[in-house]
Amino acid sequence: MQETNTAISNEVSPTTTSEYKVQTKNLSVYYGKFRALAEINLSVLQNKITAIIGPSGCGKSTLLRSFNHMNDLTPSAHSQGEILLDGENINETGVDVVEVRRRIGMVFQRPNPFPKSIYDNVAYGPRLYGIRRKNDLDEIVEKSLRQSALWGEVKDKLHQNGFSLSGGQQQRLCIARAMAVEPEIILMDEPASALDPISTLRIEELMHDIVKEYTIIIVTHNMQQAARVSDFTAMMMIDDQRAGRMIEFNETQIIFTNPKDKRTEDYVTGRFG
Amino acid sequence: MTGTRFQELISRNQARLSTRRKIVNAIMLSLTGVLTLIALVPLFWIVGYVLYKGGASLNLAFFTQLPRPLGMEGGGVLNAIEGTLVISTLACILALPLGVLAAFYAERFPNTPLGVTLRFSTDVLSGVPSIVIGLFAYALVVKPQGHFSALAGGVATAILMLPTIIRTTEEMLKLVPRTLREGSLAIGAPEWKTSLNVVFPAAISGIITGFLLSISRAAGETAPLLFTALGNERYDVGSIINSGIAQKQGLLQIINRVIDQPADSLPLTLWKYAQQPYPERIRESWAAALVLMIIILLINIFARLWVESRKRALRG
Repeated sequence: MQETNTAISNEVSPTTTSEYKVQTKNLSVYYGKFRALAEINLSVLQNKITAIIGPSGCGKSTLLRSFNHMNDLTPSAHSQGEILLDGENINETGVDVVEVRRRIGMVFQRPNPFPKSIYDNVAYGPRLYGIRRKNDLDEIVEKSLRQSALWGEVKDKLHQNGFSLSGGQQQRLCIARAMAVEPEIILMDEPASALDPISTLRIEELMHDIVKEYTIIIVTHNMQQAARVSDFTAMMMIDDQRAGRMIEFNETQIIFTNPKDKRTEDYVTGRFG
Repeated sequence: MTGTRFQELISRNQARLSTRRKIVNAIMLSLTGVLTLIALVPLFWIVGYVLYKGGASLNLAFFTQLPRPLGMEGGGVLNAIEGTLVISTLACILALPLGVLAAFYAERFPNTPLGVTLRFSTDVLSGVPSIVIGLFAYALVVKPQGHFSALAGGVATAILMLPTIIRTTEEMLKLVPRTLREGSLAIGAPEWKTSLNVVFPAAISGIITGFLLSISRAAGETAPLLFTALGNERYDVGSIINSGIAQKQGLLQIINRVIDQPADSLPLTLWKYAQQPYPERIRESWAAALVLMIIILLINIFARLWVESRKRALRG
């Protein structure tokens, strides 16, 4: 057990010609003095779905929220190491957080539509970036809602409040909202954990559809979901100091059928976690 | 084993316990019912008594005319109604932006020195007797200006409303889910746009309710107006506006004239009339109390309706 703690297997050779979209290099995140994430080296391929799995409290969400600087909102949080977006470090002072968040969108655990109309929810991002003309906005709203497979259901009630939709529809609205600013990466923090099985299925199908144009990183508690949707899987676990570490990273198929680490095997087969 | 032993033990007591439980339940239920009725007595008593005493003196003239000298027929409390509205409006204009913005700060940065100070002083301010606040407004506005005015009354009332507005707004902002704020920030919206476009609309109905309740509270205050608005039996906004128009004055000048002179208010009138030895004035005092209650009731009903309609709108 002790040896495997430090042996992080992240030597994944890209099977396709696409390159790493985003990479972390020795990324550690602290809350005050407490180290929540220790030396994460994760490489995410473009146009692939990368899942992060692991037991509760192992830092999955913290890792996910590092990419778009959401940890900055926690006053005591700070981090070390690099996050390379297209080879450029975005984890340093002076980086334009707003620009990073435009390039890296996020979908949350619970659907969080704004208290606005469906249209205004989707147009919120484009408006932020100075798009004002109605024709342009109309086009973006329709495109985003079509991408998130919601257009058919809402095209006749675009000016109703976002809350009037069902939970699954709200989550797809939030995905449309994230896609409206054409990010390169979409982070998903357990996007289906608050949804019923049918809505979950629709979100998963949606992920398959949109990954052609985006790179997706998803945190999930649901092992079957990770196995179903992702191309790569990172397994995380806390060490003796309660810091989250990535103990294994590989193609999803290998993680679930032939993991190298005993703990990964125990976890994916449901023996603990 | 333990299960059967347990069942054996309780089966002996069951009948007795069941009767006892039912009796205790009945006693407690009737006790809470009776106490609720007792608590409601003062409320209905006040409303009923004011209606009974004041209702008879209410007529159209009471709402549309200035007070007339004793012994003359007719006359009303138009000056007090208008004064109450002017002072309350002034107080809202002064207190609302200040209070809401302060609440945003307190909610967003609760642990900064300024945030802690704000919270502490809000608590202290809400405990300050209203007459002291009146005295403060006297020193702040009346003394430098050299005369009593509706403005001074508005300032006193605004200070009185501030703690309520800050506290209710802060509580309402706290109820807005954190993920909503994060959702906006994650798209790249700056903090201020997030607060203005997402958090504020989500909390608006609660903020408005708290605000309306604080007005209805403040509109009934007498003490802070005693030496700020003072009272003015000839306060008549309509004639001020008419004479202003006749003299071709601008809007700002007219507003200045409206707020720059002493004004009356319903609680002030009530207090003054109730001290006089004339039955006629006592009757008008009851009627003024009734009008005040009606205004406050209307504000409260409006607040409830507003919240309900907002809820319906949010449901779509």
